[in-house]
Amino acid sequence: MKIIFDKSVQGRRGVTLPQLEPGVEAQLKIDGRYLRAQPAELPELSELDVMRHFTALSNRNFGVDSGFYPLGSCTMKYNPKICEKVAALDGFAGLHPFLPQLPQGGELTQGALEVIYELEALLCEISGMAACTLQPLAGAHGELCGMSLIAAYHRDRGNTEKKEILIPDEAHGTNPASAVGVGFATKPVPTDPVTGRLDIEALRGMINDRTAGIMLTNPNTLGIFNSEIDQVVELAHSHDALVYYDGANLNAVLGAFRPGDAGIDVMHINLHKTFATPHGCGGPGSGPVCVRENLVEYLPVSRVVKKQDNTFALDYEQPKSIGYTAPFYGSFLVYLKAYVYILSLGRQGLIEASQHAVLNANYLMNMLKSDYDLPYDRRCMHEFVLSASRQAKQGVHAMDIAKALIDRGFHPPTVYFPLIVKEAIMIEPTETESKETLDTFIQAMKEIAAVANSDPQSLNAAPVNTRISRPDEVQAARGMDFNYCPQD
Amino acid sequence: MTPNDRKYTKTHEWIMVDGDTATVGISDHAQEALGDITFVDPAAVGKELKQGEECAVIESVKAASEIYAPIDGKVAEINPEIDSTPELVNHDPYAQGWILKLSNINQSQLDALLDAAAYDALTGK
Repeated sequence: MKIIFDKSVQGRRGVTLPQLEPGVEAQLKIDGRYLRAQPAELPELSELDVMRHFTALSNRNFGVDSGFYPLGSCTMKYNPKICEKVAALDGFAGLHPFLPQLPQGGELTQGALEVIYELEALLCEISGMAACTLQPLAGAHGELCGMSLIAAYHRDRGNTEKKEILIPDEAHGTNPASAVGVGFATKPVPTDPVTGRLDIEALRGMINDRTAGIMLTNPNTLGIFNSEIDQVVELAHSHDALVYYDGANLNAVLGAFRPGDAGIDVMHINLHKTFATPHGCGGPGSGPVCVRENLVEYLPVSRVVKKQDNTFALDYEQPKSIGYTAPFYGSFLVYLKAYVYILSLGRQGLIEASQHAVLNANYLMNMLKSDYDLPYDRRCMHEFVLSASRQAKQGVHAMDIAKALIDRGFHPPTVYFPLIVKEAIMIEPTETESKETLDTFIQAMKEIAAVANSDPQSLNAAPVNTRISRPDEVQAARGMDFNYCPQD
Repeated sequence: MTPNDRKYTKTHEWIMVDGDTATVGISDHAQEALGDITFVDPAAVGKELKQGEECAVIESVKAASEIYAPIDGKVAEINPEIDSTPELVNHDPYAQGWILKLSNINQSQLDALLDAAAYDALTGK
């Protein structure tokens, strides 16, 4: 497929502007400094050319709106369109981000500020935490913000020796990078091979006065809930270490478990996972951070506050704040989608969403565990991890199974993660899929397992029903070249 | 065949001592599990390492993994080919695909490492 620059034809326009009257150009008083020496090298196309180009691109894409997307750890649930409709309302989409900061501008943005204030309150209720900032722009950004809060807490107390963060090896892959990004050293805590949970005895041996915090993902990346989380928190707090909860898997526990009730100090929530705002292809995401009382004073500025006259305002007077985390107020239009989602489902709806997410995952796991190895065979939460070890003996690896699923019309699950499972295939169906869809997927997985025995080579060649088959992944990583050079 | 002229760690590094220095790489099992390797980023020459500390990061099409120093030592040399042709680790993990050499090594730590037979038992070969 040609890129849009290749389709450019000199002089072609989408909109033809009327000719300037004679002499008008000379009267235009634009300082020469602001004029280009050369015209901008933009593609020249008609409106129809542009429409067809982007429609063709969108047809090549695969999203939740196209089919089943069981990408483990990503919670690719359906994004209800009413959320898009509300976020596109002119009164929200047309707001200028400087408006609330202008004199009297706050009067014109009361609705937007109220949405931020109320969504923060809803997330605090859902998580059991004391306060919230919506600003971080993604999950990993939330982790970075949370780690900065833990650093600020220890700095404020003169805890100069607190330099280490302990991270279970079943936690999310971004956790260590976020801790290191703030200046901490990290140490991995092993998983108990029987339970698939953090080995609490190993943790007991590792924690000491240098430990600034622990980062937990619960349920973890194996889809297993750690019911000893209160013991982990107690152990951490007895060493004045704080506990971070990676909320990426919150979709499993809405209304059933609140991190704040277990004594968690700080956590992030992925609005683009649990609260159904679209994601993939670079966002925009949103990773709000919620904290217990002990960290409220360090939260980023600005904070939205409710004044005595019940109006809302931005507050920058937070002397211990870690400062700015995101441009302006974060991904505001994403907040609207999450706000609409939460209000439209309501308390009971959110509880049922998690229940169905867990039910769907357990149904798939039980239907597939005779055809694939299941290293941690216990009731799962919203996702589970199979292993293609049995198929690998025939030369069919997790990657081949993923590619074969593309041929059968499915987005592949996550493969080769978590790293603690060989030939990992991580499946998260979400609550929005029907039993019929799950059954079609089960049938495809069973058929692939059968082909892995009868004709393994055919799976090594998959996908065959797609425009491209297997891109050279090594070249894609090592020889990246994003520059466009015109061919003339 | 896992060469029996060197020692192995449970974390899948190998180490071969030659006089006062030791060469470090990763096992055939490790390179196979990682898949096609795209980058190798060793610690800087001169860096003092304790046993178990990170001495390199290897990135493959599947994952990024840390490589740990099998024993105490100081980074003396880095494989000059490894930056431009990291696929050497895939093709020839025990010879041309070596990663770095250590000096000032603590040879007393070698005894506790695995020999080829014990390493094969660990990886189920």
